[in-house]
Amino acid sequence: MSNLQILFQAPVFSLQLLVDGILVGALFALVAYGMALIWGVMGIINVAQGELVMLGGYVTLMLYHAGWSPFLGIPAAAIVLYLVGWALYRTVIWRIVDRDLFISLLATFGLSILIQQLANQAFGANVETARSGLGTISLLGGDLTVSEIKLVAFVAAFVVAGALMAFLRYSRLGQAIRATAQNARAARVLGVDTQRVYATTFALNAAICGAAGALVAMTWIVHPYLGLTYTVRSFMIVVVAGLGNLVGVIVAGLGLGAAETFAGFILGAEAQAAFVFSLLVAILVLRSLLLHRQRKVLR
Amino acid sequence: MTVLLRHLAIGLGATVALASTWTGAVSAADDTIQLGAAVSITGKYSTNGKNTKDGYDLAVKVINDKGGLKVGDKAYKLEVVYYDDESTPARAAQLTERLISQDGVDFMLGPYGSGLTVAVAPITEKFKVPMVEANGAARELFTQGYQYIFAVLSTSDYYLRDAIKLAAEQAEAAGKDPSELSVAIAIENDPFSLDVRDGVIEDAEKYGMQVVIDDKLPPELNDMSATLTKVKALKPDVLVVSAHEKGGPLAIRQMQEMRVDVPMLALTHCDSAKLAEQMGEAAEYALCASQWDASLSYEDEYFGSAADYAKLFEETYDYAPPYQAAESSAGVLVYADALQRAGSLEPEAVRDALAATDMMTFYGPVDFDETGKNTKKPMVLYQIQDGQYKVVAPTQWASTKLVHPMPTWEEREGS
Repeated sequence: MSNLQILFQAPVFSLQLLVDGILVGALFALVAYGMALIWGVMGIINVAQGELVMLGGYVTLMLYHAGWSPFLGIPAAAIVLYLVGWALYRTVIWRIVDRDLFISLLATFGLSILIQQLANQAFGANVETARSGLGTISLLGGDLTVSEIKLVAFVAAFVVAGALMAFLRYSRLGQAIRATAQNARAARVLGVDTQRVYATTFALNAAICGAAGALVAMTWIVHPYLGLTYTVRSFMIVVVAGLGNLVGVIVAGLGLGAAETFAGFILGAEAQAAFVFSLLVAILVLRSLLLHRQRKVLR
Repeated sequence: MTVLLRHLAIGLGATVALASTWTGAVSAADDTIQLGAAVSITGKYSTNGKNTKDGYDLAVKVINDKGGLKVGDKAYKLEVVYYDDESTPARAAQLTERLISQDGVDFMLGPYGSGLTVAVAPITEKFKVPMVEANGAARELFTQGYQYIFAVLSTSDYYLRDAIKLAAEQAEAAGKDPSELSVAIAIENDPFSLDVRDGVIEDAEKYGMQVVIDDKLPPELNDMSATLTKVKALKPDVLVVSAHEKGGPLAIRQMQEMRVDVPMLALTHCDSAKLAEQMGEAAEYALCASQWDASLSYEDEYFGSAADYAKLFEETYDYAPPYQAAESSAGVLVYADALQRAGSLEPEAVRDALAATDMMTFYGPVDFDETGKNTKKPMVLYQIQDGQYKVVAPTQWASTKLVHPMPTWEEREGS
């Protein structure tokens, strides 16, 4: 527990961990919000979520290698992934929308492996990164550092989430999406083209992941197998926050990021992943207990 | 669930069938010696798998172009039968069994990487088929009493021992006692990196250094900020990071962002991660372990000098050979040498000839001890200077002087 002592002796490092954790968490929250969206609207748990992030990263890297600023990657990856998402919907996802959850898990799991391997073929297994050219803000005499690109990612995550929320609330299509989420059949009766709504929703989610991927490429590293991290984290966040609860998703995302970073520091990096998964199990158990209690009341 | 399993089984069967058609009909002409290899063409090791395959292929081509091998009184050509192990250990083991028992291959070359080699070794052992491997450096391969495995490369615990030695030398030169130094270790939790860690810890203990951080990073490593915050708090004299191709870029990027200063940063897999190219100035002064370098003065009859090898490789494949390719080529050379000395195609005779190997290659000297590892070849340590990988250790091969301690980020960006 000597690591814990460091935190007590030099509280500035706690602050550093908190800041880092929250900045990471914002990206998790962004990806999780996309997952919550299609989960809520289409009833699909997208296991290929992280792979969409990875593809967004590669779009950014392609621009970067062609000599463009990686920041252009944020809109570019969103647009490209929107199209990819649309295509995925038209080829695979539409077949599984009204099916059993198990089918959608299997199908998207298959998609995730396919995308991983295709990316591996197309881009190679090399670890790549795009240099944003941004610097670092040093505070408190250099003990606390905040990298500017993480700050950009943090702000961008909020901007995208805000834009999405406004879109769902005020635009015609956004209202159609919400209507479909509430009752697809009724929406169809009232003239909503639910197929189009589904396609748009899935494409939107892909676009969000694409933007997140662009930020990942500038903040960390990109390789064909980074997907799982984001899929698991976003699944967890959605489970904690529930569907259709944007504020909850953001809070859970930031909280997870911070909790994970602290766990990595105190328990050692080897326990960081274990901590995340134990947390997932604990949350699932807790949730099911709570649900049981609710049912008893209903009965 | 059973239905699902059956579908999976059918699917797997189909994949195996496809894989075998890809390899082509395996029917050896009787003047060809077949070497078998399961390498990673797809999956996460596909880059290194390709380096391995290119290394094997180049050596086979050069040997055949020079008239092949004379075993006994007969001249033979070499040929490698490949399968794609998809970077998974189970698949590599399965394909090795297939190569030996169905395709009738009597001599095996290793797959890429320690994890896969560990999976394959029990199979070659079971069938008593010799395997020369060039990319499995895990120590556990040589502690099991295996009789049929021979490794041309240095084992992984040697990768960064030299960094500790170098740090001790620098401390002594500065009039300090090496035991005052502290070491931080951040490695991926896999057999290779754990060995690297063991080697570092053993040597650190030998000098009486204190290991202040000992973090094992998860395989899906994407963020090192927790570990680096600890480094910042404890200010070690040496930071060792080993996490295949991910470790270097991630460590350097985040150290720059978080303004983490250490006097010495020692890494593995820098050249295959293209660290200097990708990270630019941020990568300067990092130390990197390497099995081999084209500037070394080793020579052999097939390739000439190390530099000649590098030239030929680049002409053939359009990229400079990483050490993974060089050691793979060396593995084939070792086979060629042993087959000729054995004078027979009996696996047992070839095994005994391999065990007696004592030769020089462009890759370095090869001499196996009784466990099958090559004890003669030293590791090389680079330092990135002006975007180039300069050899700084071991001192007798060093072409460049070590810059120590590393300048702080403030000093670097101030200038």
